[in-house]
Amino acid sequence: MTLLDLPEAHSLHAKQHPAAHEGDAELTEKTVFGFWLYLMSDVVLFATLFAVFAVVGRNYAGGPTGQELFDLPYVLIETAVLLASSVAFGFVTLAAQDNRKQATLLWMALTFAIGAVFIVMEVYEFHHLIQEGAGPDRSAFLSAYFTLVGTHGLHVFTGLFWMIISGIQLARDGLAATVQRRLGLLGLFWHFLDVIWIVVFTEVYLIGVL
Amino acid sequence: MNLLLGKLTLDQIPYQEPIIMGAVGGGALLVLAVAAAITYYGRWTWLWSEYLTSVDHKKIGIMYVLLGLVMLLRGFTDAVMMRIQQSMSLDPNPGYLPPHHYDQVFSAHGVIMIFFVAMPLVVGLMNIAVPLQIGARDVAFPFLNSLSFWLTFSGAMLINASLVFGEFAKTGWAAYPPLSELSFSPDVGVDYYIWGLQISGIGTLLTGVNFLATILRMRAPGMNMMRMPIFVWTAFCTNVLIVAAFPILTVTLALLGLDRYIGTHFFTNDGGGEQMMYVNLFWAWGHPEVYILVLPAFGVFSEVVATFSGKPIFGYKSMVWATVAITFFSFVVWLHHFFTMGAGANVNAFFGIATMIIAVPTGVKMFNWLFTMFRGRVRFSVPMLWSIGFIITFTIGGMTGVLLAMPGADFVLHNSLFLIAHFHNTIIGGVVFGMFAGINYWFPKATGIRLSEPLGRASFWCWLVGFYVAFMPLYVLGFMGMTRRLNHYPNPEWQPWLILAAVGVAIIAVGILCTVLQIVYSIWKHEELRDTTGDPWDGRTLEWATSSPPPIYNFAETPQVTEIDAWANMKANGGGMFVRSTPYEGIHMPKNTPAGLLMGLFSIGLGFGLVWHIWWMVGVSAIAMIAALLVRLFDDDIAYIIPADEVKDTEMRRLAGAGQS
Repeated sequence: MTLLDLPEAHSLHAKQHPAAHEGDAELTEKTVFGFWLYLMSDVVLFATLFAVFAVVGRNYAGGPTGQELFDLPYVLIETAVLLASSVAFGFVTLAAQDNRKQATLLWMALTFAIGAVFIVMEVYEFHHLIQEGAGPDRSAFLSAYFTLVGTHGLHVFTGLFWMIISGIQLARDGLAATVQRRLGLLGLFWHFLDVIWIVVFTEVYLIGVL
Repeated sequence: MNLLLGKLTLDQIPYQEPIIMGAVGGGALLVLAVAAAITYYGRWTWLWSEYLTSVDHKKIGIMYVLLGLVMLLRGFTDAVMMRIQQSMSLDPNPGYLPPHHYDQVFSAHGVIMIFFVAMPLVVGLMNIAVPLQIGARDVAFPFLNSLSFWLTFSGAMLINASLVFGEFAKTGWAAYPPLSELSFSPDVGVDYYIWGLQISGIGTLLTGVNFLATILRMRAPGMNMMRMPIFVWTAFCTNVLIVAAFPILTVTLALLGLDRYIGTHFFTNDGGGEQMMYVNLFWAWGHPEVYILVLPAFGVFSEVVATFSGKPIFGYKSMVWATVAITFFSFVVWLHHFFTMGAGANVNAFFGIATMIIAVPTGVKMFNWLFTMFRGRVRFSVPMLWSIGFIITFTIGGMTGVLLAMPGADFVLHNSLFLIAHFHNTIIGGVVFGMFAGINYWFPKATGIRLSEPLGRASFWCWLVGFYVAFMPLYVLGFMGMTRRLNHYPNPEWQPWLILAAVGVAIIAVGILCTVLQIVYSIWKHEELRDTTGDPWDGRTLEWATSSPPPIYNFAETPQVTEIDAWANMKANGGGMFVRSTPYEGIHMPKNTPAGLLMGLFSIGLGFGLVWHIWWMVGVSAIAMIAALLVRLFDDDIAYIIPADEVKDTEMRRLAGAGQS
């Protein structure tokens, strides 16, 4: 027997290797899976920040407490705005699946606008706190608060930037496979940020004013 | 502060320090010599298209290993400097290294050895072997892989830059606050530490995502999880640990950075800061990290012991479950790094017992390796020597670890040289020996050249003897009460042991020299040492079913796997890889791209600007990185087809080469 023998099994397989002739479906499946893994690492990142807040969230160092600082109705509106943007992105996904380019672009513009409102509201809140002398350098509680909420805000900001890029690609290429795939990832990212925010709202704001 | 250069001024360059300037001059000469050689031989284009812009996992793996070996020389130089200092600095002799320099040396030694030697070697071997072992053509995300490497490279360069510009951290490799806070470390040393590790850490995280997706989604048909080679299993668990643990390091360093840059109070003495939170977070990453390093080494030994014993690995299933158990337990032992924090007897007991439990799956692995060799036809080739050296050395290190796991004993031995001896015993005996075994084992596969055996043996024996001479005295010194990181000391009884340790380091130095000679000599004699068979060790796993080095597409036809040790199985059944009845087809492969390289290089500017508060440089570098990424994302022309004729020619040459043996 030599290396040149040909076991039949080798020539029979019908399934192509994933990297060979990579079908768009296969690539999408692999990419979505990889992006999920990235999101899981992001979960650990936020979990660490939540843990930090749990440890030092009551170290006021003689400074203001959450009860004194937080304006719950304002934050409730912020929350509603972010959730609304997630709903809007749901319509982006539906429109993209139906291959309606204009509708996709419009819904994405709406999502972007609502997301931008959230960011503006958050920046205003931060600005207001700093004006009152409750900046991140005031106490460990405020350090943890600004870092946790700010990291979420930075993610939302990244999502908005991503929407601009996706919008340009969508306008240029239409709903090509690459664009569809990236919209799918953006959707995962955007809804993921909602989930994180729910925990922020609960741990930081609700429990904070108790 | 000036707008153009931030905190950087001319007197931050230590030109009055002959040792540093000598090192910088030597390094600069070496870089110039390499650049001149490349120019002389006209290889810049080759370097650019074959390596720097490559997205081929094998090339990226080679670059990782090279980075690890080069940084090993620097980290080892630091070790030599420490040993010489301590061998002479019995009071009243101050030694030759002043404290501020000595402190940087031991901090840099730890950081470099963990992040820029061990990590690149581990990731490098995973890159070279994992896709081949699972029968894939590349990793899941080839561009991301290139980016990962260049971010790691940039982190290393940032640490090296601290030699010339300013200084490195004087805090030890873990940079505990409050010492690492701005009030006690106002210089840029800790900032180099933070940004060097952040940049390379992001690269590592991307590697974790990439390899998990690769292993879970791209295995050859028939290779279910319980048929994967043990190295793939250990790589899988390591990448699970990377994805789960590295974000903790990212956050920890970011919080320390915020304390230093915008005056937050996470770990400060005032404002409600909590130093022990840093220590907890650091080790919540740090303990999994030691398993990130050692699990792939265990994987290498499993491959090597099975191959050189000519038998399948003993107890495959128990090997897998031992690996998984270690992966789990690595997350519930972090507190044993600071039993002395005073968390109370119950907490310490929990973590002490959890730590001891890890010895059980590790013991299972030891016995599996021994039983694999038992009644095997063992060939004592260089990779096998490293493996046997490991089994003995690591067992000793493991037992001293169990000793330290007892909180009562740890209160006495905490931060003593006993601890230093213990973790070098496991890291050198485990990770370093494993990486050298892996380099000797896979060098022929990656390059097509076998490494010289006599020089490999010489390197092994110097390392093994040198290790024992250098570190056994540290166990003794630990019992004699000597603590770590001493610049000078009052006890004359310590000095003979420290001189002995310095002799040990000299022996290891000869070992490292032999490794360098081994690689240079083997490349020089590459015609004689060429591996035409593709299977120089009579291997058992799929990487040996390709030529050495493998073609860029690895496998012209996807292998079908029916058992563990797929290649041994194919050989035993009289088959081989593969002449096909159907005509060859064109193969779809990703194109090279400079985007990863550019993003990596710009990240050096980003890190350097952040260290020195040069804000325009931060802005420009960040925008350049984003621009490079966007150019890449808007590029549709990222793949090409290797024509069927070319594939056929390559395969015919491979079969001819293999047939001659």
